Amino acid sequence: MTLYQGTDMKGRVFMIITDNQERTREREFSMLRKNGGDHDGDQKFFTYFQSPADVRKMTFMVHKHAGLEREDDRWLYMPGLDLVKRIAAGDKRTSFVGSDFLYEDISGRSPEEDIHELIETTDDYYIVKNIPKKPGSVEFEYYTAHIDKTTFLPMKMEFYKKNDRCYRVIENMKVEEIRSKENGNRATYPTVTVSIARDLDSGSRTEMIFSGVAYNIGLGKNLFTERYLRRPPREAIR
Amino acid sequence: MTFSRITKLSSVILLLFVIFSESHIYAQDSENNPIELFFSQVEVNGFFEARAGYRTQNDPFEKDESVMEARFQAEFFTYTDRTEFKYKGDVWADGITEKGEYDTREAWIFFRPAGFTDVKIGRQVLTWGTGDLVFLNDLFPKDWQSYFIGRDKEYLKAPSDALKASFFTYLADIDLIYTPKFDPDRYITGEHISHWNGNAGGLTGRDAIAATDRPDTWFRDDELALRVYKNIHNYELALYGYFGFWKRPAGRDASGISIFPELNVYGASARGQVGRGIGNIEIAYYHSRDDENGENPFIDNSEMRFLIGYTQDIARDFNASIQYYVEYMLNYDDYRDNLSGGPARDENRHVITVQVTKLLMNQNLEVSLSSYYSPSDRDAYLRPIVHYKYTDDITIDIGANIFLGKDRHTFFSQFENNTNIYTSLRYSF
Repeated sequence: MTLYQGTDMKGRVFMIITDNQERTREREFSMLRKNGGDHDGDQKFFTYFQSPADVRKMTFMVHKHAGLEREDDRWLYMPGLDLVKRIAAGDKRTSFVGSDFLYEDISGRSPEEDIHELIETTDDYYIVKNIPKKPGSVEFEYYTAHIDKTTFLPMKMEFYKKNDRCYRVIENMKVEEIRSKENGNRATYPTVTVSIARDLDSGSRTEMIFSGVAYNIGLGKNLFTERYLRRPPREAIR
Repeated sequence: MTFSRITKLSSVILLLFVIFSESHIYAQDSENNPIELFFSQVEVNGFFEARAGYRTQNDPFEKDESVMEARFQAEFFTYTDRTEFKYKGDVWADGITEKGEYDTREAWIFFRPAGFTDVKIGRQVLTWGTGDLVFLNDLFPKDWQSYFIGRDKEYLKAPSDALKASFFTYLADIDLIYTPKFDPDRYITGEHISHWNGNAGGLTGRDAIAATDRPDTWFRDDELALRVYKNIHNYELALYGYFGFWKRPAGRDASGISIFPELNVYGASARGQVGRGIGNIEIAYYHSRDDENGENPFIDNSEMRFLIGYTQDIARDFNASIQYYVEYMLNYDDYRDNLSGGPARDENRHVITVQVTKLLMNQNLEVSLSSYYSPSDRDAYLRPIVHYKYTDDITIDIGANIFLGKDRHTFFSQFENNTNIYTSLRYSF
């Protein structure tokens, strides 16, 4: 699933990670996203951390490249050291900030990466089976997505390992219609505001709550540079 | 023994900790308060930390403890429509100096006077360059003492009292940093770390803290640092200039007092995607202005410095980086000819650094090793750290600083007696 709604977007994310012994950890960050770059489908992201303490005020910047052959460019700014660190492109199937969401769940998985097969149609959903073109690059054999017939949002994704063993589920619990303007006309964007990722193997789960969502806020094209990485834009702080 | 004073100060720090952690003080919400209309809520954060480290062998010139402190850090941040304000300061009871200590880490104002300009004035931590814990064109003050005794990595960077003006143009971006009074490194003095002392011809420590003559006249003994940089298809290119002084004593005067001779540095760097990883290359020319031709045996010669590095994720949550670094002394023959006593430095100092970091237990446990190895000096420095996030607020570190070497006078080898292990417990709020 990739997220391209609007030309840009901002929002605040709150995550609660609960392990199999019901111990919790929290993450809070602002996100800015803008579509566009060198090529169609490219996107730029800012993630500005508010908590926990050890990552507070760190800023993570990503220039995402839609082309499968080009790795994303990633930077991390550490304010305590005033250090801009370039992060080597890593495995996108790695946990994002220690949660049950993966880096790829947040930045979006390109539809080009999978072969899609409609396996069932219910009253509300299209159920699509997605098989990776490069099985070695991911930890799953395939995943199924329940795609809402009206919003086309995937409401439930189930990831399977060998022998059809489901080990990971992402469910969208709440969708809100976010009003905005696009080219002077009114537009509404259905947006997932509450979702839960569950790791059935470890017994851990993460609830992600998305608030303060706004689209087409007019983020400048020079925002996603070292200048604002070192000094995050007001849109991210507020 | 002034331990009772230390205990008292520890109690004060503990009290501060209780106040800050319990009340979560924020500026009062009040619609009648005019300051509230202008400033944002004041964000208050910080931590309380206890840290202890021991030398694993006897050092005749230092205590058995390498670090022993109870530390409290508080930071205050607020902003108006156009301006940001920050204060961050530490107070700690130091069991090594047996004193209460404090340090303002940051105290600055930031504003954007025009769309293409950023300005930051005051005490601030400054960093640039492409090296990973190796600095060529970054001449901002470092605190190697804190780094070697086992304080948090944050303390490797000492603050500068400076004005930073940044200009963002179509052609390139420019950072200009003016420090009106020279800010040297917090270099090894002997107080916390014993070291090779050329004057004494041997190792010295707390008993022989070197006298220095530090340039300290405002606006005359100043420093200027410049960076011009541009990002071309996410390849980050930069040119650097520095006009100031050697950051640690790099010479001595006729009476044997250590001095900070004048230094200019010119350099360049590039960083970007190479294969699946990130490659970086950096070069710097250190122009020792008080010893132009290398004939003065009491002042360090000019140098060329080179760095090439590569970092890559080699498995899930497992990163490795390698760097190769060379310091090449210019006018080496003149240095050799004029050297009076003491072992000679090599013309080239080669250093290879390898760093590996692995995240475990849902990224709550970080195990890392930074290692520096110099084949020319035949010495090494190893820095293993285990960092565990017990909860979101409580972190535990266990680490070591291991110095190895053949000769007494080489860069890492001189610290061999300071090899230490340490642990810390930090509560953040």
